[in-house]
Amino acid sequence: MKRHFSIILLFLISWNSTVIAQEPEVMDIVTKAVEAMNYAGDDAKARIDMRIIDKSGRERIRQMTMLRKNEKSGYGPQKYYVFFSRPSDVKGLVFMAWKNIGEADDRWLYLPALDLVKRIAASDERSSFVGSHFFYEDVSGRDIDEDTHKFLEETNDYYVIKSVPKELDSVEFASYTSWVDKVTFLPMRMEYTDSNGKIYRVFSIQNVEMIEGYPTIIDAEMKDSAMGGKTILHYSAVKYSTGIGGNIFSERFLRRPPRKHLR
Amino acid sequence: MREGLFLIAVCLLSFDNVIAGEVLEGAKSVQIVSATEPGSASTRDWGINEEKREPIIDFYGYIDARFGMRTSGSTVSDTDISLGEIRVQLKAKKNVKQVTINIATDFLFDPVVDRYAINMNNGEGVIDPRLINVEFSPIDFIDAKIGRQILTWGSGDFVFINDLFAKDWNSFFLGRDVEYLKAPVDAAKVSFFFDALNIDFVYTPRFGADRFVDGRTVSFFDRENKAFRGRDNPLVFDRPNDWFDDDEIAARAYQSFGALEAAVYYYNGFWKSPAGQDVLDGRSIFPELSVYGASLRGPVAGGLAWVETGYYDSAAGASTDPLVRNSEVRFLIGFEKEISHEFTASIQYNLERKLDYNKYVNALPSGALKDDQNKHLLTVSLTKLMLQQNLVLSAFNFYSPSGKDGYVRFNFSYKVSDELRIDGGGNFFYGQEDHTFFSQLKNNNNIYVGVRRNF
Repeated sequence: MKRHFSIILLFLISWNSTVIAQEPEVMDIVTKAVEAMNYAGDDAKARIDMRIIDKSGRERIRQMTMLRKNEKSGYGPQKYYVFFSRPSDVKGLVFMAWKNIGEADDRWLYLPALDLVKRIAASDERSSFVGSHFFYEDVSGRDIDEDTHKFLEETNDYYVIKSVPKELDSVEFASYTSWVDKVTFLPMRMEYTDSNGKIYRVFSIQNVEMIEGYPTIIDAEMKDSAMGGKTILHYSAVKYSTGIGGNIFSERFLRRPPRKHLR
Repeated sequence: MREGLFLIAVCLLSFDNVIAGEVLEGAKSVQIVSATEPGSASTRDWGINEEKREPIIDFYGYIDARFGMRTSGSTVSDTDISLGEIRVQLKAKKNVKQVTINIATDFLFDPVVDRYAINMNNGEGVIDPRLINVEFSPIDFIDAKIGRQILTWGSGDFVFINDLFAKDWNSFFLGRDVEYLKAPVDAAKVSFFFDALNIDFVYTPRFGADRFVDGRTVSFFDRENKAFRGRDNPLVFDRPNDWFDDDEIAARAYQSFGALEAAVYYYNGFWKSPAGQDVLDGRSIFPELSVYGASLRGPVAGGLAWVETGYYDSAAGASTDPLVRNSEVRFLIGFEKEISHEFTASIQYNLERKLDYNKYVNALPSGALKDDQNKHLLTVSLTKLMLQQNLVLSAFNFYSPSGKDGYVRFNFSYKVSDELRIDGGGNFFYGQEDHTFFSQLKNNNNIYVGVRRNF
């Protein structure tokens, strides 16, 4: 009897410890994944070429330079500055965002033809970024606390994690599954599932390069069968920790873009 | 005094060449490099090859054709066709050392207005330069922009209290792109950036009036003669026009407190559209005006809210002179929110209150049309993005409960491709009486279409 009891106890302890061990592990992977995607370096600069292909196959181009600065080391608030150079009707347009954790981001647009600094009221993180298949939060990273993350399996190359939103009403998906690279922690593939269990939206990374010691996305795409079509991203001229001052992310530099950082 | 300030701005321009500092990044991380040695520090960071790829001058712009018709039918005072023009805008930006040169010029063929002599003041004619300016940072905490430029500040949505930079109301009412609401001004803007406060100072050496409704393209109601006036009988006016005497000063001090943006404003110049009449020759005049104001803008309840106020101190003697607009206090409050997916709504309330109303009423000649003391204005704006943001539908309504009149704007804009955009819409003025602010424009109700090709 005593032996049985100790076996049960042992079983309980080990069962308990797996639970305890797994919980921080999945959060650890999720945190590392968002950091690998959006937080490399103290700051970063990249040129982004975006090809938006709509459901009829028509292609539109967006070319921009993005500056990003972390407010602290690792996952946390950030500032973004996006300067558009193509097509010509948006040339000189600037989008700026202060990413906040746990509350809505602050966003601005600078419209050069009107010399207008426009504060954006839109709070929906899941609306399209400049008409592409990427949403705002695909670009700036979704708050990790908005979802419940579950460890599904470990393959040779990936940790597979399923994430379910805590507030289902606030998003268009029911869940998403991420394949996180075990070495780089980049989420190489993310599949979004609707309430019928159908996969309708797929993010994938095609090409990664090591730049200044950081695994860096060079090519990625988002396919969306609900919208139709896809958007292809190409990153170039990526540089980390070049010392972008926090004051860049202000009205001064909306009105007068910081040439030094945008070249 | 004002002449002196303008000279200071000019000195700052020449001073820039002396220090030749790479000062774009602001006070905290200034990197001084020699502008005469392009192989040194600046190229270490970004590579000289990238710089070489920059074209000598990068021209871009658009060709825009636009046609509009009056739906109210032509009257004695205007034509059936409200808008008919082909416009080419050429833009170029060139960096020479630390100085940025901005140029944007419209070349215009407009058989409806049919006046081709170039007028730099009101934008008429075959060429309408919108930007000809230089930008530079003479000292790390100062930016300067000198020359012809577009200037905007303040918090309102198509309602302006402290933004006293020139507007083009004709373009706004007839269906040109919304960017034409702002008319260019010839000015020197110097901005100071400190940790505690940012200050903008704009000196306009010669008064830049609005491109106001004068009857030539948009007809209006003449309150004195109680009749509509249009292109056959346009407004005759006397515009302050002397360099350095008829000048304007506009200043703004602003700071952010977290996500909350606060600003105070000052303006000294003239009413931007006619606000009085010369007693002797009956010509419309632009009385002197000073404005003191403040604004706040920030996130509230999942949206964005703003409040702005201004004290309009009209010319001396305005209180008892029925021919000069009264001093006013103005107040604006607004709220904007995304109410569903890619659908944004905003509401605003605006008050214009005459400050010497009793004196104004007593001074009015008998039989003259009398304004209310308070002019209330409500605006509602709806904007919907569709088809991956390539189609934008918008509606904007101004309604004045005091004047019982209003103005509604509809617009659609569809990007066929990155190069081609079509748009269209309508401008409709309504009201019970002929003389009220919007109602007087009701002969100008119009619909329009436009097509724009970017290059």
